[in-house]
Amino acid sequence: MRYLPLSDADRGTMLSEIGVGSVDDLFACVPEDVQLEKLPDLPHHASEMRVEKVIRELAEKNLCADNAPFFIGAGAYHHHVPASVDHIIQRSEFLTSYTPYQPEISQGTLQYLFEFQSQVALLTGMEIANASMYDGSTATGEAVLMAHRLTKRQKALLSGGLHPQYTDVVRTLAKFSETETEELSAGSQQSAEIIDAIDEETSCVVVQYPDFFGNISDLSDIAAAAHEKGALLIVAVTEIISLGLIRPPGSMGADIVVAEGQSIGNGLNFGGPYVGLLATRQKFLRQMPGRVCGETVDQDGRRGFVLTLSAREQHIRREKATSNICTNSGLCSLAFTIHMSLLGEAGLRELAEINHSRAVALSRRLEKIDGVELVTSAFFNEFAIRVSRKADEVVNELAARNILAGLPVSRMLPDVEQFENLILLAATETTSDEDIDRLEAGLKEVLS
Amino acid sequence: MSVYFTKDHEYIRIEGDVGVVGISEYAQEQLGDIVFVELPDSGKSLQSGDEAAVVESVKAASEVYAPVSGEVVESNEDLADNPALVNETPEEGAWFFKMKLSDQNELENLMSADDYKAFIEDLG
Amino acid sequence: MMNRQGRPTALPLSSSEIGETFTGNRALQVEEPLLFEIGSVDRSGVDFEEHEKLTEIPKELLRKERIGLPGLSEPETVRHYVRLSKFNYSIDGGIYPLGSCTMKHNPRLNEKLARLPGFSSLHPLQPERSVQGALELMEMLSDWLLGITGMAGIALSPKAGAHGELCGMVAIKAALEASGESARRVVVVPESAHGTNPATAALLGYDVRPVAAREDGTMGVDAIRDALKEDVAAIMLTNPNTCGLFEREIVEIAEAVHEAGAYFYCDGANLNAIAAKVRPGDLGIDAMHINLHKTFSTPHGGGGPGSGPVVFSKALAPFAPYPRVVREGDALRLEEGHGNSSKDGTAFGRLTAFHGQMGMFVRAMSYMLSHGIDGIRQASEDAVLSANYVRARLADVLNQPFGDQVCMHEVLFDDTSLKGSNVTTLDIAKVLIDEGFHPMTVYFPLVAHGAMLIEPTESESKESLDQFIDALRSICGRATADGGEAMQSAPLFAPRRRLDETLAARKPKLCWKADEADALAAE
Repeated sequence: MRYLPLSDADRGTMLSEIGVGSVDDLFACVPEDVQLEKLPDLPHHASEMRVEKVIRELAEKNLCADNAPFFIGAGAYHHHVPASVDHIIQRSEFLTSYTPYQPEISQGTLQYLFEFQSQVALLTGMEIANASMYDGSTATGEAVLMAHRLTKRQKALLSGGLHPQYTDVVRTLAKFSETETEELSAGSQQSAEIIDAIDEETSCVVVQYPDFFGNISDLSDIAAAAHEKGALLIVAVTEIISLGLIRPPGSMGADIVVAEGQSIGNGLNFGGPYVGLLATRQKFLRQMPGRVCGETVDQDGRRGFVLTLSAREQHIRREKATSNICTNSGLCSLAFTIHMSLLGEAGLRELAEINHSRAVALSRRLEKIDGVELVTSAFFNEFAIRVSRKADEVVNELAARNILAGLPVSRMLPDVEQFENLILLAATETTSDEDIDRLEAGLKEVLS
Repeated sequence: MSVYFTKDHEYIRIEGDVGVVGISEYAQEQLGDIVFVELPDSGKSLQSGDEAAVVESVKAASEVYAPVSGEVVESNEDLADNPALVNETPEEGAWFFKMKLSDQNELENLMSADDYKAFIEDLG
Repeated sequence: MMNRQGRPTALPLSSSEIGETFTGNRALQVEEPLLFEIGSVDRSGVDFEEHEKLTEIPKELLRKERIGLPGLSEPETVRHYVRLSKFNYSIDGGIYPLGSCTMKHNPRLNEKLARLPGFSSLHPLQPERSVQGALELMEMLSDWLLGITGMAGIALSPKAGAHGELCGMVAIKAALEASGESARRVVVVPESAHGTNPATAALLGYDVRPVAAREDGTMGVDAIRDALKEDVAAIMLTNPNTCGLFEREIVEIAEAVHEAGAYFYCDGANLNAIAAKVRPGDLGIDAMHINLHKTFSTPHGGGGPGSGPVVFSKALAPFAPYPRVVREGDALRLEEGHGNSSKDGTAFGRLTAFHGQMGMFVRAMSYMLSHGIDGIRQASEDAVLSANYVRARLADVLNQPFGDQVCMHEVLFDDTSLKGSNVTTLDIAKVLIDEGFHPMTVYFPLVAHGAMLIEPTESESKESLDQFIDALRSICGRATADGGEAMQSAPLFAPRRRLDETLAARKPKLCWKADEADALAAE
């Protein structure tokens, strides 16, 4: 048992120091009739080689994004992550440290969190940001609860352009925290429809940018209408790299910006762990959920950083806390910060341009295919097409040809006629001309 | 001028038909360095015992309860910019809010300054 | 003076002779500015492929103003973050005895396997046929967690312990609604509970009814019975509890809870003490989260990401959220249940986009397969043995608030023995830093005055435990011998001295601001 340093001799010495005869005596406080007599029926310990073999075999059963033409997005994106990012996050001092509760010996974590918060605020065009949330969807849920606290209202208005699983998360949270959601029917985000639905009870309007179907549009009118009724505008961004090219939500009147930060520094990982971003205005600081790092000085006057504003958090406020959260997405936020530092503004802008260019190239090729119609007009790196057959069949048949062609929208919005033939596709800097050729050829085959 | 105290360590100083509410010297000592104060809006009506304000130190946060019923007529904006005032002059400059009492009789339920002094001595 | 290992313990020079360095650096401790002070917006450490530039975005939506994000070349980036890393303590570098946090060894095999492209480069929304291996791993993890806990159902998706708590409590609320018992508005929570427990209950609109423990630090079934009125929806109990004690009357408590028509939520943060020794399912628990980052060795990563799967009793299993992995013959499927389309209609909804922390599932599975069920049992026993060894060797210098009794995987002391000195629990923690150790958890749980909660875990050798214990004994001795004045200035040798938390909270500065930095430079 390679992870256990104690020898039987050590155990014997320790037991006699404690003054008991056997380890069973230490478990004497456990009622005897619930102590396990025999072990549950599960395998016994195994060598590193054996474990690696078992898990590698499972990994190899999957068709991953590296091994196929790949066009899936919908909230998680396949980007190239520089090798140095993964190297640094595996340093012992980052990987195997805890929440920085002893700041004198945790300045490494605290300083990068301060850098992370600063990057997130700049990127979203907001004044402040927290030290990260679990992911984009849970950050959206927390933002809605924050808006309820700020406005003392209880109803969130959700755009039909919000990621359907984000909508599910907000709805679930609302239902059980006894607040309300008003959901506009799924489809491209329409400013007029949203503005019409805002009323005096609306605490916040939640929109996505670019929306779930890939559309980008100016949000200023929605912000103005929300503010006029005393409501807040929450903007969710699922492809954070887009903000290298398009206007930040902060410049369009957003009050809270939440985002999925996976695209920068983090792999697809079959859905997690990812990193949620949450940024807002300075004046809302005290109602912002989650961990926050702040600058201060030490006894000798040297600059240092600490976790701050913790009086709002669960370990002190208990049932009056702003949220029940007690972890952030530490290592994923570090990966984000390092990748962002490598990119810099120039690199981010170029990366965003490439993503957009690849998506335009893809859309131009696909719309020429018989039986394909481009649905999204202004987009960043993701758009929807309507095909002449059921989208899930088309995607499955392409998968059988080792092409991961996109998301059939019906997987998330089932039993709605207008979505049955809709496929959502994303392109990134990893999308090659050959990938596009193979998708084009495959689509022609399955649509003919 | 008469001052009354609650067992939650708020004081209310009566100035005409208005009561000036804050936290006691003892309370600020217990809390340590105050870092933030959240105050009620003017016009808010409070029942005796309602949560009226929140006071935060580095390691703790406490509610400040309305000692009596009434309507908030003013809150101390100075505290928003300089919460340290609560540590410096809790029972003078660093009042939290002023309220118009709806029932003067409720004051009878509170402690006098002498009673309060004995009360905190008992707390050790 | 020489210590037991034959090392001199005195500093080479007295502090007045150390003086200053030109740079402010101290040999291996090199000061590092902020990224924003060394990077620039036109520098980058990434090269891109040549590409054809195409634009179809309306001009008015383009981001024209400068963003202000600094960049660095690759060598500068590596150096910047490597230097920062050196300011951190880590479990790889030394014992990290944070009570209730379970800082055990993080095997590197876990990291290697989580990075296999077949997992790390897998999109959550790929067709099911292309992700069968991933679903199989999730099924295997479920089988292990259900086997270890003896429970009936599972939700893998919660992102961390507190998220798991939310999941378990929502399932309870959904079950009560389904049986027409929404009038139950109270959750019973012991005073020693983790802060997340009452926070979660309150988030769901419940009133919290605190219950005090008995003099021995555990909950008595009588006190629970008194609290169990007909308005009670659930009880939230941690077992072993936050004082490191096993709740001896837990079976009776579970019976009383069920008799009262309520549900039993168990905070599983301390499962690492009893895994493969006791099954929570045999104790009468209805829902419990499991912190994969504690019991099953996935790294804490400076505060996350965590992973908090929840196991359910038969009564609650139908209410488990989406997504679920289901087997149909040879194939595995994901039930995702969007909108109102749920098939059986009992799942309470969805807590997160996608399927949970897959990267953590792979790591936990790698750990479980390595240890095997026999190794997991040995790990539980060693964790309990080590904590009791620490207890026995410190019992004469530190006071246990609930008397000298056997503990589970962590031992709780209070500050009684420091009375009469000027030394506080905080000072002890800071002196431990100077001695080269990460301190124990301090001031938690709140039920002990000046609490010190020590959890050594099974990962420490006896020699490592002895070094920590000897240092702590010496510190306690110094605290009581000379009043401990000197201890109040610790730490002296860490990258930073004590930090001004009041300043940080009074004038919060959370982000670097270009204009503020310019103003400072102009002064």
